[in-house]
Amino acid sequence: MKLDAKTPEGPIAEKWGRHKFTNKLVNPANRRKYNIIIVGTGLAGGSAAATLAEQGYNVTAFCYQDSPRRAHSIAAQGGINAAKNYQNDGDSVFRLFYDTVKGGDFRSREANVHRLAEVSANIIDQCVAQGVPFAREYGGLLANRSFGGAQVSRTFYARGATGQQLLLGAYSALSKQIGLGTVKMYNRHEMLDLVLVDGHAKGIITRNLVSGEIKSWAADAVVLATGGYSNVFFLSTNATGCNSTAIMRAYKKGAGFANPCYTQIHPTCIPQAGDHQSKLTLMSESLRNDGRVWVPKNAADCEKDPNQIPEEDRDYFLERKYPSFGNLAPRDIASRAAKEACDEGRGVGPGKRGVYLDFAEAIKRLGEPAIRERYGNLFDIYERITGENAYIQPMRIYPAPHYTMGGLWVDYNLQSTIPGCFVIGEANFSDHGANRLGASALMQGLADGYFVLPYTLPNYLAGEKPGSASTDMADFKEAEEAVNAFSQKLLDTKGSRSPRSLHLDLGRIMWEKCGMARNEAGLKEALEQIQNIREEFNTNLKVTGSGKSLNQELERAGRLAEFIDLAEIMCHDALERDESCGGHFREEHQSHDGEAVRQDENFAHVGVWEYKGSGEKPVLHKEPLVFNDVQLAVRSYK
Amino acid sequence: MNLKLKIWRQDDKSSAGRFQDYEISDISPDSSFLEMLDLLNEQLVEKGEESVAFDHDCREGVCGMCSLTINGVPHGGERGTTTCQLHMRKFQDGETITIEPFRANAFPVLRDLVVDRGGFDKIIQAGGFITCRVGSAQDANLTPIPKPVADSAFDFAACIGCGACVASCKNASAMLFTGAKISHMNSLPHGKPEKDRRALAMVAAMDEAGFGNCRNYGECAAVCPKEIPLDVIAKMNRDYAVATVKDFLGIG
Amino acid sequence: MSNPCCRHLNSSIGKKYLMALSGLVLAGFVFVHMLGNLQAFLGQEALNAYAYKLQSIPAVLWGFRFFLLAVTIVHVATAISLVRENRAARPKPNGEEKFVQATVGSRSMGFSGALLFGFIVFHVLHYTVKVTHPGYKDMHYHLSKAHKDVHDVYTMIVTGFQEQWISALYIVCMAFLCLHLSHGVSSLFQTLGIRNETWRKRLDAIAVAYGWAIFIGFVSVPVAVLAGALPLPG
Ligand SMILES: Cc1cc2nc3c(=O)[nH]c(=O)nc-3n(C[C@H](O)[C@H](O)[C@H](O)COP(=O)(O)OP(=O)(O)OC[C@H]3O[C@@H](n4cnc5c(N)ncnc54)[C@H](O)[C@@H]3O)c2cc1C
Ligand code: HEM
Ligand code: HEM
Ligand code: SF4
Ligand code: F3S
Ligand code: FES
Repeated sequence: MKLDAKTPEGPIAEKWGRHKFTNKLVNPANRRKYNIIIVGTGLAGGSAAATLAEQGYNVTAFCYQDSPRRAHSIAAQGGINAAKNYQNDGDSVFRLFYDTVKGGDFRSREANVHRLAEVSANIIDQCVAQGVPFAREYGGLLANRSFGGAQVSRTFYARGATGQQLLLGAYSALSKQIGLGTVKMYNRHEMLDLVLVDGHAKGIITRNLVSGEIKSWAADAVVLATGGYSNVFFLSTNATGCNSTAIMRAYKKGAGFANPCYTQIHPTCIPQAGDHQSKLTLMSESLRNDGRVWVPKNAADCEKDPNQIPEEDRDYFLERKYPSFGNLAPRDIASRAAKEACDEGRGVGPGKRGVYLDFAEAIKRLGEPAIRERYGNLFDIYERITGENAYIQPMRIYPAPHYTMGGLWVDYNLQSTIPGCFVIGEANFSDHGANRLGASALMQGLADGYFVLPYTLPNYLAGEKPGSASTDMADFKEAEEAVNAFSQKLLDTKGSRSPRSLHLDLGRIMWEKCGMARNEAGLKEALEQIQNIREEFNTNLKVTGSGKSLNQELERAGRLAEFIDLAEIMCHDALERDESCGGHFREEHQSHDGEAVRQDENFAHVGVWEYKGSGEKPVLHKEPLVFNDVQLAVRSYK
Repeated sequence: MNLKLKIWRQDDKSSAGRFQDYEISDISPDSSFLEMLDLLNEQLVEKGEESVAFDHDCREGVCGMCSLTINGVPHGGERGTTTCQLHMRKFQDGETITIEPFRANAFPVLRDLVVDRGGFDKIIQAGGFITCRVGSAQDANLTPIPKPVADSAFDFAACIGCGACVASCKNASAMLFTGAKISHMNSLPHGKPEKDRRALAMVAAMDEAGFGNCRNYGECAAVCPKEIPLDVIAKMNRDYAVATVKDFLGIG
Repeated sequence: MSNPCCRHLNSSIGKKYLMALSGLVLAGFVFVHMLGNLQAFLGQEALNAYAYKLQSIPAVLWGFRFFLLAVTIVHVATAISLVRENRAARPKPNGEEKFVQATVGSRSMGFSGALLFGFIVFHVLHYTVKVTHPGYKDMHYHLSKAHKDVHDVYTMIVTGFQEQWISALYIVCMAFLCLHLSHGVSSLFQTLGIRNETWRKRLDAIAVAYGWAIFIGFVSVPVAVLAGALPLPG
């Protein structure tokens, strides 16, 4: 596997401009002869489909929900970053670039991140022009808030529903093109395989989730925008349908998988209430601006009514450990501190997996109306889910898997190691290194879709003869047959374990051994346990219903199959990366006070895994990371 | 909790459906309504039966994928709450719960509780967008928008496209949904150039998709999980009338 | 239907506009009609003079009648088309049918409207064409001021309502008119797009008040007749 990042020459601020100029263009009259498949129509895929169609290409797009408007981008609450410097507080493209590289714990590719920061401002312009109702000040200009890990206010937001409003913006642009006939949209279609012709990605196989029909689609290029894979943990803040199937199929067809172990755990989620739980709900991080995080000092107090525990018996552990950042410590740090407290047996709530987020003091200081004004909707969500009133009783929170920085490896053009297979949005690994800053994922998805891919994909197309692949080719027939055979196998296993129950087991292993903190022994154990789960899956799975109709059990089973293989490379990667960085915390590598310690000499690289066949250990390749414009430094939030 | 469930089962679009009774026990009052159905499905699979198909995705009340008419009310009747956010503690132990798909001829049942809400997409495709070629946007702060205008645009834009308004309406009218989108875009300065065209085209698409006519029952706004106000229908009517008159006079 | 106005009027919202505008005219008509009827309390002379004034210029009378007929036809035809389309848009409920907040008035517009249609037909046959009671035709009155012999509307009404079943029928129909208007009058503001969240509650209240005012105004005549407060002259 050759990893050529194709980073353009020149000073960092000029790379993208030069690259756009040197990229080949496709003659407008020829564009409609090219067919592009886009799998996934969230922020990344939706914006890319709309833009490429607007440029004149023929786009065929797919999503598994019943409408593109439902992609999981919709759930993002907090906001989107952009280097506009509207607040006149010293922000700039370079500062956003710097913050992102630092926030990612120096594990991302400089040139990509700089480009992201450059186009960020255009995203806001584009979205506002599309009618996204961002929050505004009384003067009518756009409002900003600050977000974790930054000292400037550069986050644009639309109440607590920024992702929703941005996605509806992209969806409306996409809808316009669908109405014009330039995009053919297939809802309730799941991509089950990628088809290569002569080593180039030329099509996909899908299952129509309503009729069960397995079908081939040929095109001149394939774009994957299928989002993240946090659902490998079963319980995460992702939508229940989020899956890794598309990227895993591409991986198995030769695409390198980069940094699979980089996962982000979000500190403020509502804790699990019991085994019935199907997903975890994120509570905006902004709560930590006024809430104080604590657990009882003595494990014996954990069952007590929190309001009866006196001040001196409470341990405000974030304030104690990180006096200068206190309750606002970055996500990974706050998450780990909560886990430690619970590991010591001082957790609260069901299963003793939770810590208090207490507003009593803020309510005393500011009054209940002020708190209601700021967080009323979050308190409502909390009450709806837990039945508890956070105005009189502290909230309980616990970290949960939230975002995956890892993903398919892409070069500067967002092309994977398979020519013609492009990957955008959370599905790729590109911009966030080992940890993503809040409000940067939305920015990346839209940057990829609106402003980057529409310049880089045509460069590939310009070298391809349009319409060279067709679904009559043997490559398609073979892939289709394999997909059919696999579905049939799932239905025919007729064992006794439901897909959900197996997924629960897998999730538990991953959460315990490859979650917030990892160690060598645990990861090795996990690798063995995953083998057992695969064995169970192959021999003892039970899928009812048929393949010829809407069958959600079959969908679950198919997704689980890929999650199992993904879990394995995650553990391999976590084991191989013998350092702590960002969201990847190896217990062997921490300072005396429990901070992550990077090993830059050995691990300043992207770890890229190459598939070697089922049951074989994948092979690791490395893309070295070179830092010319920022200095590697220790992240400190003390 | 122990519950009796009366659930609509239907094989596909073309077959007839029927209610089927199920019993389920030991449900935690802390579980959500959909988690209760997850557990029911686990039990069905265990018995070798086909699970009950229902739509869901985000499970946090924002994607609009979940549906279900519960005891006769879409999303179950708790104000401002989607089915996925509904929790079992709101039900009585021993209660019989009737669960049906969203009902409207424009929303054909695909299987069990899953319906096809594609009509909504058609409405948006007809005009639910503000045209702006990528790269051609002016600086975002060039056009100030008064805060009240921006805030109310957000209120209208909050619609999640779930279809409960249609399901609750005895006339299967999609006017709350369509009105919300038209009101959102027509109230913003950027949306003004296409205002008339948008109103005419979206209403035409709404009619074409087979939704009924609003008769001002107000059920839709009462069940809407995002509490979209009836105002949006009035606004849409007004915009439509203005557009019609302009069209007739050949101006604008 | 290529003319834009026809095309748009035939759409869902177009039809609602027709419904609302025709409803507005009808609601206005009943108000004026009610004021006219109340003149019965001013005495035989006043009512008959008023009735005569209305009918003295045939062109105006017939012009008005055609207009009213046309409006009624539009109102009824649109109502039928809306109700039919709505039935087609929604399958028969399989399970429970529940209303969360829709008022009785809004839910019974079709029924109350149909009943009103029946009422109007009967009413016109009764008091205008007088086929049900040909004897009404022979009632005459001499206007003392104008020195004219005119139809004695006052006597006709009082005679009419002295028949208890007629009074009962009118009173019941007026109740449905009240119901129809208590939703219709607020609804038409919504349909015409001249209502917002602040005015919604106010208009709802105004509509109910309007419905009751119309009810009381109309019903007072038959009630007064039955109670003997409006006696036959002489
Ligand atoms: C609860 C939550 C809150 C967040 N808050 C923020 C925030 O405040 N700020 C921020 O910047 N980021 C936030 N994020 C992260 C951010 O929302 C996501 O990273 C981003 O939206 C991903 O966009 P995407 O387009 O890559 O993928 P998605 O939006 O997940 O879209 C994936 C698409 O792929 C389709 N798809 C998937 N698999 C298949 C398949 N096999 N076949 C066919 N189609 C498929 C889906 O149908 C969908 O259309 C948040 C994430 C979560 C979970
Ligand atoms: C108690 C209630 C009512 C009384 C006493 C009453 C009385 C009358 C009388 C006396 C006439 C005939 C006038 C004439 O020809 O000299 C008349 C005509 C008419 N009334 Fe009423 N009316 C009542 C209610 C209504 C209502 C509720 C409606 C409508 C919904 C209505 C609609 C009409 C119409 C359409 C005509 C015919 C007008 C014409 O063209 O001549 N009436 N009414
Ligand atoms: C002749 C028989 C009538 C029928 C069949 C009829 C039927 C209807 C129907 C079906 C509606 C629509 C209601 C809705 O959309 O929910 C309606 C509305 C209305 N009707 Fe009638 N109606 C009749 C007579 C009248 C009369 C006599 C009046 C006035 C006195 C009247 C006043 C109104 C008003 C004001 C509306 C409201 C319009 C709107 O919703 O915007 N109707 N009618
Ligand atoms: S208007 Fe309300 S009920 Fe209707 S689709 Fe939108 S959110 Fe759902
Ligand atoms: S319930 Fe139906 S009748 Fe109109 S006000 Fe809502 S669409
Ligand atoms: S599942 Fe997304 S709104 Fe209910």
